[in-house]
Amino acid sequence: MTMLLTMKDIYKSFGPVRVLEDVRFDLRPSEVHILAGENGAGKSTLMKILGGVYPDYSGTIELGQKPVRFKSVQDSAGGGISIIYQELSLVGSLSVYENIFLGRERHRFSWIERTGMKNEARRLLAELGLCMDVETAVEDLPIGQQQMVEIAKALSYQAHVIVMDEPTSALTEPEVKKLFEIIARLKQKGCGIVYISHKMEEIYQIADRITVLRDGRYIGTETAENLPADKLIHWMVGRQLNQQFPRHQSRLGDVRLDVSNLTVAGEAGNPIPLVDGVSLHVRAGEIVGLAGLQGSGNSQLLHGLFGTFGKRVSGSLKIDGRPVPITHPAGSIQRGLALLTNDRKSTGLVLGRDIVENASLACLPKFSPAGWLRPKAEKRAVSQTLQQLRLKAESLSQPVESLSGGNQQKVVLAKWIQTDPRVLLLDEPTRGVDVGAKQEIYELMNQWTQAGIAIILITSEMPELLAMSDRILVMHRGHITAEFESGQATQETILSAALGETTKGMRNTWRTN
Amino acid sequence: MADKLTQKNRMPEWITSPTSRALAALIVVFVLGLLFHAEGAFYKWGTHRDMLRAVSVYGILACGMTLVIITAGIDLSVGSVLALTAVLFALTTIHWQWPFWLAILFCLAVGGVCGGFSGYLIGRFRIQPFIATLAMMVFARGVAKWVSGGQKISTAVQQPDGTYQYVSVPDIFTLINAKIFGGNLTVVTVILLACILISWILLTRLRQGRYMLAIGGNEQAAVLSGVPVNPIKILAYGMAGLFSAVAGICQASQELQGDPEAGVAYELSAIAMVVIGGTSLQGGRGSLWLTLIGILTIGYLEKILSINAVGEDKRLMLTGVIIIAAVLLQKNK
Repeated sequence: MTMLLTMKDIYKSFGPVRVLEDVRFDLRPSEVHILAGENGAGKSTLMKILGGVYPDYSGTIELGQKPVRFKSVQDSAGGGISIIYQELSLVGSLSVYENIFLGRERHRFSWIERTGMKNEARRLLAELGLCMDVETAVEDLPIGQQQMVEIAKALSYQAHVIVMDEPTSALTEPEVKKLFEIIARLKQKGCGIVYISHKMEEIYQIADRITVLRDGRYIGTETAENLPADKLIHWMVGRQLNQQFPRHQSRLGDVRLDVSNLTVAGEAGNPIPLVDGVSLHVRAGEIVGLAGLQGSGNSQLLHGLFGTFGKRVSGSLKIDGRPVPITHPAGSIQRGLALLTNDRKSTGLVLGRDIVENASLACLPKFSPAGWLRPKAEKRAVSQTLQQLRLKAESLSQPVESLSGGNQQKVVLAKWIQTDPRVLLLDEPTRGVDVGAKQEIYELMNQWTQAGIAIILITSEMPELLAMSDRILVMHRGHITAEFESGQATQETILSAALGETTKGMRNTWRTN
Repeated sequence: MADKLTQKNRMPEWITSPTSRALAALIVVFVLGLLFHAEGAFYKWGTHRDMLRAVSVYGILACGMTLVIITAGIDLSVGSVLALTAVLFALTTIHWQWPFWLAILFCLAVGGVCGGFSGYLIGRFRIQPFIATLAMMVFARGVAKWVSGGQKISTAVQQPDGTYQYVSVPDIFTLINAKIFGGNLTVVTVILLACILISWILLTRLRQGRYMLAIGGNEQAAVLSGVPVNPIKILAYGMAGLFSAVAGICQASQELQGDPEAGVAYELSAIAMVVIGGTSLQGGRGSLWLTLIGILTIGYLEKILSINAVGEDKRLMLTGVIIIAAVLLQKNK
């Protein structure tokens, strides 16, 4: 059978970091091909190459039998490829039909032909079995219908390769059902669908074939019948654990952080909560790993209890047995919480300001009695902390944007350590950090737990999670689906819980909704 | 990253620093003055003193504008608040015969409240600074006209029988308008320097100033670091309002009246001064030192053109060109 699409020998690097190595992928007409892998396995990068977002790759892409090379998003769309990203790329204030024809408006002497476009939009939607008012502004539609508009837009491009990147993450159950019906229709029309998902139930509901990537490498392709869930999981995580991690377990103290029934409501208008009634506790000196794939809500859980979401959060929080209200970050910091976010450039650092200013930002009142800054005291304290973290910088007055990733991360860590936190919430503390600095950050985590600090750790690097956590909680769709003591967990059991698989012997609080 | 490093190697830092770039523009303008000295007029201190006097009111507005721009905002209302406080100052001192200190406190309070309210709207309700202060600009102008009945408030006071009687100019007007140090400096210039000093202390010596820089540089990171964003915004815009009131008091003293039409488009001059100094409209960077250079650059430019009897038409055109040139000079970073 001729393939719709063949990708071979794909290599891609970002600077010195190789993110794809010898990856291949193919797609037949009328099939749903699942692209599976952990966070950071390279799925999105591969699809962005296909979509023309990253034109500088090496390898070959063939459409039908014809070799192609996409230099831009327009190139790729012109080749009949349509990618529907998680963040939909629609213009909210424009109507359904205007979005479908955006940039390709039909016109006669540059006079826009509204009627023609509306009729064509209705025909495309009817093809998908949908009936909606094409003159409604897209922002007034629920997320599920917006996604349908994206799919209709893809059809209007005559796309026969349609990539969906976690399309169901914001959908309700009936919307998911509708989406699957539409996927069936697209299959009938001969389209090939590449489907990226982190939900096991979904994968086996619609998959024809499954390809697995791990750490930027191709692991294998198999039909869904021949790749049972346990084997799929093994493919996704079956790496050798040979890295050395220096976790020294410290003596556990009393319960430091006690969260019960924490719920973070969805974005305005979305009925699905980001975090749904989660309870957990962390002891003094303990590192609790919080596993979960993208969209599981683990990151939102940390933000929720730190107060970032303000009034969207319900539930109760105790620190050292004392109930504390969840208000706003400033209040949380005073009560001994510290949150290292997973994106230091956009939420962690003020890039244009210098090292000292960044490192003292969260505890500035300490260095400014009655409002007057004490620059000397400030600088002394910061440089002392940074010495402990072994920061490498020419001078403390250089802007943090000129530092390497690892050193930037140390500045953020310094900022939080100086607030004397009782609970450290670490969201991807080693992301984008070189190996040496990673080891140093692990050592620091040991020191901090020895000093009695409680840590919640989110990391998408499985070996790091397994080695550094004293206990591991796994989240899926806003719920905690499993809990493991240190040493009990394996990559496979964690991943299967993160994919929403329910396994015997696990404490299971996940319910289908 | 890489080309940033190579660029550093090519040029020493003191050449590429914002201060030297801003100074370069000032020096160019100054050299123009030395060349086109209008038969030696540029070599006389009196010319410089008058330049400083002429630029003071704008400069005072630019101090507050600097603080606001550093928080990544903008304040369009400073000119209107200037007019409102000028009217109130004239009204309270000339017509109502308030003691000068009470009138000054009252005007400062009105200015601070106007600015602070803009800051409240911007912080609490997330209204864009442009819109919130545009509304304040229109509103304050309206209040100025309402309070003054659309008339200039001068020393001609209407009597109950409808006739006008001239009263004497209050002492405080004369004082603010005076020249000191043997006639070598005007009081308004001293007030400008004081405003620069106060803003500089706020920005570099107080915690609140550090927070302004952090909010302008990355508001999200600031929120997550526990920075009280809304109070700091109220403070920044409140200071801008306060300085507008100072400028209004000076303006009224210089004109010997409170004119509800005063200060139109002054906000644009203040913004131009801040930007020519090199403070970025994106926020998070900037200093009062740069703004002082910007104030002098524009002041000298206008003065040189006026002593050379260049018509207003050409003066405006040239000012436009120079603003773009100065900003381009600071751009290639």
